[in-house]
Amino acid sequence: MTDVAWIDPLLRSARPQAVGALLRYFRDLDRAEEAFQEACLRALKNWPVNGPPRDAVAWLVLVGRNAGLDDARRRSKNDPLPADGEISDQGDAEADIAERLDNSHYRDDVLRLLFICCHPDLPAVQQIALALRVVSGLSVKEIARAFLVSESAMEQRITRAKSRVAQADVPFETPGAAERAERLGAVAAMLYLLFNEGYSASGGTVHVRLPLCEEAIRLSRLLLRLFPGEPEIMGLTALLLLQHARAPARLDADGAIILLEDQDRQRWDRDMIAEGAALIEKALRHRNPGPYQVQAAIAGVHAHAAQAENTDWGEIDRLYATLERLQPSPVVTLNRAVALSKVQGPAAALAMIEPLAKPLSGYFHFFGVKGGLLMRLGRADEARIAFDQAIALAHTPAEAAHIRMHLDRLMKDSQPA
Amino acid sequence: MLYAFLCCHDEAIVNSWTKEEDDAVLAKRARVTDKLAARGKLGPAVRLMPTTAATTVRMGREPVVLDGPFAETKEALLGFYLIDCDSLEEAINVAQEIGRDEKVVFEIRPVKVFVSKGKAS
Repeated sequence: MTDVAWIDPLLRSARPQAVGALLRYFRDLDRAEEAFQEACLRALKNWPVNGPPRDAVAWLVLVGRNAGLDDARRRSKNDPLPADGEISDQGDAEADIAERLDNSHYRDDVLRLLFICCHPDLPAVQQIALALRVVSGLSVKEIARAFLVSESAMEQRITRAKSRVAQADVPFETPGAAERAERLGAVAAMLYLLFNEGYSASGGTVHVRLPLCEEAIRLSRLLLRLFPGEPEIMGLTALLLLQHARAPARLDADGAIILLEDQDRQRWDRDMIAEGAALIEKALRHRNPGPYQVQAAIAGVHAHAAQAENTDWGEIDRLYATLERLQPSPVVTLNRAVALSKVQGPAAALAMIEPLAKPLSGYFHFFGVKGGLLMRLGRADEARIAFDQAIALAHTPAEAAHIRMHLDRLMKDSQPA
Repeated sequence: MLYAFLCCHDEAIVNSWTKEEDDAVLAKRARVTDKLAARGKLGPAVRLMPTTAATTVRMGREPVVLDGPFAETKEALLGFYLIDCDSLEEAINVAQEIGRDEKVVFEIRPVKVFVSKGKAS
């Protein structure tokens, strides 16, 4: 470890709370970010000499706030500037602000900061990019790389997203219970999008995108630490952990997708599975089921099966039925059909997905599942048509390659021995 | 004397470590604890799941079950070691060795009773 290596994780972990508090103070995202940036620069100068402050977040908020005020004064050319570093070791002021910025304040600050990134007018990718920039503090370059666009294109997107958010007028008062619940729901959805962006690798290569999954888990845990009694946030965190646990087994050496049933389950991350299971158990005690909890429970059933053939498909079918009730969607029904095909066979599943042909006419997985069911029923020609449609809709080379493998198998089976 | 080394750390920081940083800390610590184990000095060592996985039961006339750790402090108990040391002096040295280059806080507490039976031992 070099001399200042310990500072980096400190600044990284302090960022959501510090920027959130500075945003409440300045009511302007750019000013809050600049103030935090300045505080970080002073920390890099000050901390190696004086050691870490007792409360890094409070230190950064105080120094950032003063830096922001200095900046405003410099612009108005009123008061003379205080000497640099004068504020940095005022122990009492630090303790004072730490007192006032207690946990209950921080949690609404962090929630607000995440929430403004979820503006409904912003497309999903912009929401995620904004959160990665503002909340996580990733550089524009890093974000651009994750989304496979040029740095200048990403810079533009983030700037546009910021100006959209600036007009949104998010209230800065402490939110009421209903308002808070609404914000939590929007933020949870955004974190799930962030995770999926990393998980589904729509376009990107995997090693670049795994950090997106890890960041989603970090922010989800942070949210749960701030709101420890929210069963849906437990469910979200559990869901992300249980899905991420499979990451080491999801792709082969060439980057091709390995289906759940073919994965080497020895390679699943047992620690993440155990933590996910613990969170599901906690959430269930609240007897207030929601979509994240049910999806986590489904992932939990898979994680529980040591072999694919031990999977309790009946339980998964029942859980999907619950999910259909809580959150009706053709994609949920499609997933339920997969479970049903294991319990009742491919014919029943095919009947279940028949009505989905229209709403899912542009959905890769619909044709993949349909082709698979037709193949099992021995209807090779129809299966081939479905697989061809799937390939046309594939987002990544890995998706297309996976379907081509089925096609090759069909070809081989249809050739005379 | 058997001592408990309670590892207290700012959880937000530990959760912000990358996998590589986390692995590096564990490997660094293992170099110290492996030596203690070789001398038969190391008892059970425990790393706890994040405090988000914690449930608190507060007994009273009506027991209350709460989500989360018992206290909302900046530094949370994230794990502990049980190590046999000849003196407090040695225990303090061991803590400094295990925690070298980290921002961890160790609370060293002499163990009064140590029961080890069944599966969890």
